[in-house]
Amino acid sequence: MIQAILVFNNHGKPRLVRFYQRFPEEIQQQIVRETFHLVLKRDDNICNFLEGGSLIGGSDYKLIYRHYATLYFVFCVDSSESELGILDLIQVFVETLDKCFENVCELDLIFHMDKVHYILQEVVMGGMVLETNMNEIVAQMEAQNRLEKSENFPMTLHLSTR
Amino acid sequence: MALKMVKGSIDRMFDKNLQDLVRGIRNHKEDEAKYISQCIDEIKQELKQDNIAVKANAVCKLTYLQMLGYDISWAAFNIIEVMSASKFTFKRIGYLAASQCFHEGTDVIMLTTNQIRKDLSSPSQYDTGVALTGLSCFVTPDLARDLANDIMTLMSHTKPYIRKKAVLIMYKVFLKYPESLRPAFPRLKEKLEDPDPGVQSAAVNVICELARRNPKNYLSLAPLFFKLMTSSTNNWVLIKIIKLFGALTPLEPRLGKKLIEPLTNLIHSTSAMSLLYECVNTVIAVLISLSSGMPNHSASIQLCVQKLRILIEDSDQNLKYLGLLAMSKILRTHPKSVQSHKDLILQCLDDKDESIRLRALDLLYGMVSKKNLMEIVKRLMTHVDKAEGTTYRDELLTKIIDICSQSNYQYITNFEWYISILVELTRLEGTRHGHLIAAQMLDVAIRVKAIRKFAVSQMSMLLDSAHLVASSTQRNGICEVLYAAAWICGEFSEHLQEPHQTLEAMLRPKVTTLPGHIQAVYVQNVVKLYASILQQQEQAAEPEAAQEVTQLMVERLPQFVQSADLEVQERASCILQLVKHVQKLQGKGVPVAEEVSALFAGELNPVAPKAQKKVPVPEGLDLDAWINEPPSDSESEDEKPKAIFHDEEQRQARHRQPEVDEEELARRREARKQEQANNPFYIKSSPSPQKAPVTAALLSQRYQDAPGVEHIPVVQIDLSVPLKVPGMPMSDQYVKLEEERRHRQRLEKDKKKRRKKKEKEKDKKGKHRRHSSLPTESDEDIAPAQQVDIVTEEMPENALPSDEDDKDPNDPYRALDIDLDKPLADSEKLPIQKHRNAETPKSPEKEDVPVVEKKSKKPKKKEKKHKEKEREKEKKEEKEKKAEDLDFWLSTTPPPATAPAPIPSTEELAVNAVTAPDNTCEGLRREEAEDENDEAEQDPERKSSRHKKKKHKKEKEERTKDKKKVKKKQPEPEEEAAGPVENGAAEEEPAPPMSSYCLLAENSYIKMTYDIQASLQKDSQVTVSVILENQSSSFLKNMELNVLDSLNAKMARPEGSSVHDGVPVPFQLPPGVSNEAQFVFTIQSIIMAQKLKGTLSFIAKDADGATHEKLDFRLHFSCSSYLVTTPCYSDAFAKLLESGDLSMSSIKVDGISMSFQNLLAKICFHHHFSVVERVDSCASMYSRSIQGHHVCLLVKKGEHSVSVDGKCSDSTLLSNLLEEMKATLAQC
Repeated sequence: MIQAILVFNNHGKPRLVRFYQRFPEEIQQQIVRETFHLVLKRDDNICNFLEGGSLIGGSDYKLIYRHYATLYFVFCVDSSESELGILDLIQVFVETLDKCFENVCELDLIFHMDKVHYILQEVVMGGMVLETNMNEIVAQMEAQNRLEKSENFPMTLHLSTR
Repeated sequence: MALKMVKGSIDRMFDKNLQDLVRGIRNHKEDEAKYISQCIDEIKQELKQDNIAVKANAVCKLTYLQMLGYDISWAAFNIIEVMSASKFTFKRIGYLAASQCFHEGTDVIMLTTNQIRKDLSSPSQYDTGVALTGLSCFVTPDLARDLANDIMTLMSHTKPYIRKKAVLIMYKVFLKYPESLRPAFPRLKEKLEDPDPGVQSAAVNVICELARRNPKNYLSLAPLFFKLMTSSTNNWVLIKIIKLFGALTPLEPRLGKKLIEPLTNLIHSTSAMSLLYECVNTVIAVLISLSSGMPNHSASIQLCVQKLRILIEDSDQNLKYLGLLAMSKILRTHPKSVQSHKDLILQCLDDKDESIRLRALDLLYGMVSKKNLMEIVKRLMTHVDKAEGTTYRDELLTKIIDICSQSNYQYITNFEWYISILVELTRLEGTRHGHLIAAQMLDVAIRVKAIRKFAVSQMSMLLDSAHLVASSTQRNGICEVLYAAAWICGEFSEHLQEPHQTLEAMLRPKVTTLPGHIQAVYVQNVVKLYASILQQQEQAAEPEAAQEVTQLMVERLPQFVQSADLEVQERASCILQLVKHVQKLQGKGVPVAEEVSALFAGELNPVAPKAQKKVPVPEGLDLDAWINEPPSDSESEDEKPKAIFHDEEQRQARHRQPEVDEEELARRREARKQEQANNPFYIKSSPSPQKAPVTAALLSQRYQDAPGVEHIPVVQIDLSVPLKVPGMPMSDQYVKLEEERRHRQRLEKDKKKRRKKKEKEKDKKGKHRRHSSLPTESDEDIAPAQQVDIVTEEMPENALPSDEDDKDPNDPYRALDIDLDKPLADSEKLPIQKHRNAETPKSPEKEDVPVVEKKSKKPKKKEKKHKEKEREKEKKEEKEKKAEDLDFWLSTTPPPATAPAPIPSTEELAVNAVTAPDNTCEGLRREEAEDENDEAEQDPERKSSRHKKKKHKKEKEERTKDKKKVKKKQPEPEEEAAGPVENGAAEEEPAPPMSSYCLLAENSYIKMTYDIQASLQKDSQVTVSVILENQSSSFLKNMELNVLDSLNAKMARPEGSSVHDGVPVPFQLPPGVSNEAQFVFTIQSIIMAQKLKGTLSFIAKDADGATHEKLDFRLHFSCSSYLVTTPCYSDAFAKLLESGDLSMSSIKVDGISMSFQNLLAKICFHHHFSVVERVDSCASMYSRSIQGHHVCLLVKKGEHSVSVDGKCSDSTLLSNLLEEMKATLAQC
């Protein structure tokens, strides 16, 4: 199970916070902060696993993260997940973001947090891996975007005729 | 109305949207909080408007603010409003917000039930999808109960997108509403074979999560997973399955044996590191579960360790980390294999990466021996000095202590060394683990009697330099060691060299700055020290000196009397009075030493931490019965706790053994006397008080006799580490001393040996020279420096064996420990399901949502019917699957390595039970396991008579070779195979076991059987699994399989090899062993069956030499082998038939005596069909070819005949298939 997915930038500003277990907001912020401090002091050339331990859930949990340019993607997972598998999953998630936003950068995540969530929802659901095939994820996202457009289009038409 | 809407839309244009909000926050860096609170006010205004678009926009912004840490639960109701919007755009926003902030405590959540139900049954798959996603995050027990049935229906939705989400969310539903697990499980299981890989992966995911918590309930799924493992190409699925097997194999050793070959093959063949790593992990789990008795066991271990070494040596830090992680698992059972890589692991201690260093530390724990403990700890101590950051240093500290103290200080040969290590550790700055060091000091000093003298001298030095410890580091807990030091010096004061000096050290004014609990120990132990000084001086007849000491006490104790800590104050004032009294007596010249030291007479013995819990409840004692009348309601509140306390005290008294009771009485008496002695107004002749209970956690009871003492055998060792002599710290001295000692001992021993050898040589002239001249140093040879008594911890007599100690009663997964194989009882059906099935046409939807249009009723009815049919089908399938019983699978399918029947394991257990008679806990548990095993064996025996009747029939069906093999190799399991008769299905005769493997070729050396598996993922590929069995006494190697490709079918060869090259078999076969190899073939057209000629070449090696051998074979690809079992629902099936673009053909076979049930099972098994629907003696069946041909069958049974009508998108394929089926049926 995945317990939490956190995305924050090099300064610890949260860009996506997704917990699959209930924590009050202030604890969530604290976890984000502490996680940030944990990963911040790690060089890029050391391993991507961290025993988060006390942060969430205890010794069964691990932090698995990747660092891309200005962003950290951190997954907190328990022992039922394969470590290398989750690293791949982060890669899939990021590549999907890249496809959906066309050359994703931090600004996309800042201004479209909702969309990032929707994409994530196609990858992970309720803490379990839902889909790992990028093309499938992108296809579903596009279908939903089309649906959204078709809903909103009549309204703009309606406005313009007035 | 329209105007209002327009107004709303225009308003909206002036509202901030999410982007504006983000921009605004970024522009107000200085007063962010103020700006946000402004925005929240605006949002509150927006939420008050009627326009749903405005609301949705507001909720979207709230979701962003939630990420920044703002509580948005106040908007929960508005979120629900947005969730119920008709437009997907808004609905999605609502559900997202809900998933971020709803939880079990959200009270409005119960309002969502009907909305969610509506969305789940929405015609738009994305509405349903969004609802499922949202629900997965905030499902509560109530929601789970109310919606379980709706979600279960969605598991069979036509769209894979919905199916996979519905399957996945079931896990959450199970967690919140465990009652749903049993009714939903059959369908979940069905989804393991869903044609869509996403759904399949979701189902695997859910079952793996379930099985991880309660593996034994999922053992019966092992065959299914095994099939998936060998057929799936999706690494995600493979990883999950392999991980699952890791959890299952400890429960079923036979499974492990079956797994080891395919896993080894995967390890050799896969290029995906993640998969390789999980395979290694599971192989390790298998090897752990097998414990022993596998011939090529060590080969597998070696393979794993080798692969792991490659990982650890990799430059990728991730692989290094994982390699170490897996290594630690091997370490637990096969420490020897890991110990040879000590160099590598010590190297990792220097890694720049903390995670890797921590992992390496973990490994060290299991790698120590008597021989290398000092060396390893020395190395760790240098790391402690170098370590930056307290976390890692603390970790090192705990590891050093763990390593040294493991299994009752098993590896420590020199406790002086250990004490000095502990003392050195106290010099660590800023550690949080002072209490750990203290506990070790206490433990060692109490349990190792021989070390007390040394310990006391070290502790007194520590007390002397207490200012160093206490002043600089008071806040970080290292001063805890003073607690231990003071106690040890006090308790074992007879060993003190200069007690007077220590006494003064303990009475320094600085002491009052220590934490209260430490001061308290100081005060108490000052008296012990005082008592022993008094005694010494009285014996030496120095009354003045004794009076001086008393004077010192009287002078210094008042500083403690003024302490703010109650405990310190109380003890100090008691003792001050006592000392003053003593002073009075001394003034009169009365000898007091004996009486004062009588306060602390008696020996302390360590008691096991669990001892109190293990005291058995005496017969006839009901702990829950009231001892006093329950307090009446009229009693005031504050009296109640008193009553409870009283009750507890009573219980404790009852717990004790009778003799303890006396002791307790005596102690009370003494305590009373002591109290009297401390009372200056009470005058009595001869006080003989006994010591009050000591506070140290370890010590709770006193006994007069020391229990049996373990003596550790003595010998010597050679340390290869060069030691720096000048200026080395203290512990190094001991390392050096120890080294010398061991060296000396070894010399002595060698001498003795030589002497013995000479004697021997005299007897048997030099026969054993080579053997005995090798001085083998095993761990056991090293003797401890001192005569060490490790006093074992005491347990009460007839302690209760209980394993429950560590179980957490609040574990949420416990509720999911449910037997899934029992048939469903009516009462277990999902509540709503029952409701809906009721004859009355009103559905819950109708009740809850009164305005339901008439149109919507129809589809629901249909759905109901459909569901009922499905349920029927499920039942049927369940019956059919009886044949797939676990034992059957574990035995009939020829396993790669000859799996011995369960009997040996029982014997093994029995042996274990005998060898461990003193360990009652273990023994009992094992006996239970044995009982279970017995039962399992008896069961099939009971049924075997019945089974024999059927054997006749079976003999006909089974290809002779297969049967022979099974009979020859595993008579035991085969009998078990007849076992599965489930209740409720008793009237149907069980399907005979079937094997899909058929003979390929055979000669005196080798026998080949094969099976062809197709998978939907690859439209022109099939995998041929060939089981090679070595029937000779030779060793078979260099096996190579080659096939003459046809235009239509080609064997997949490694890149770069020509069509004439064979494909090497990735293993060798020792005599009597069998193993499975897989070969992939590419097929162009699948509408015709075809045969390929091929040859297996190999080298047979025996004692006489090696010969080159060949075996020719013909590989038959039947049309059935291109079919893949694909479930199909009756409505989809009907549509397919109606579509009309299928050609038709039929056959009829006479003279069939087999039951229809078994007939269908046979068709399903051999021809890869699934039953769509069955009515009496008529059934429709479906299958799909790897290239997408649909094949539909209608099978009807007459008196003695069966007719099969087929429809297929390709007529040639159909007629070929029917021919093959005819051949199968003709055997029935």
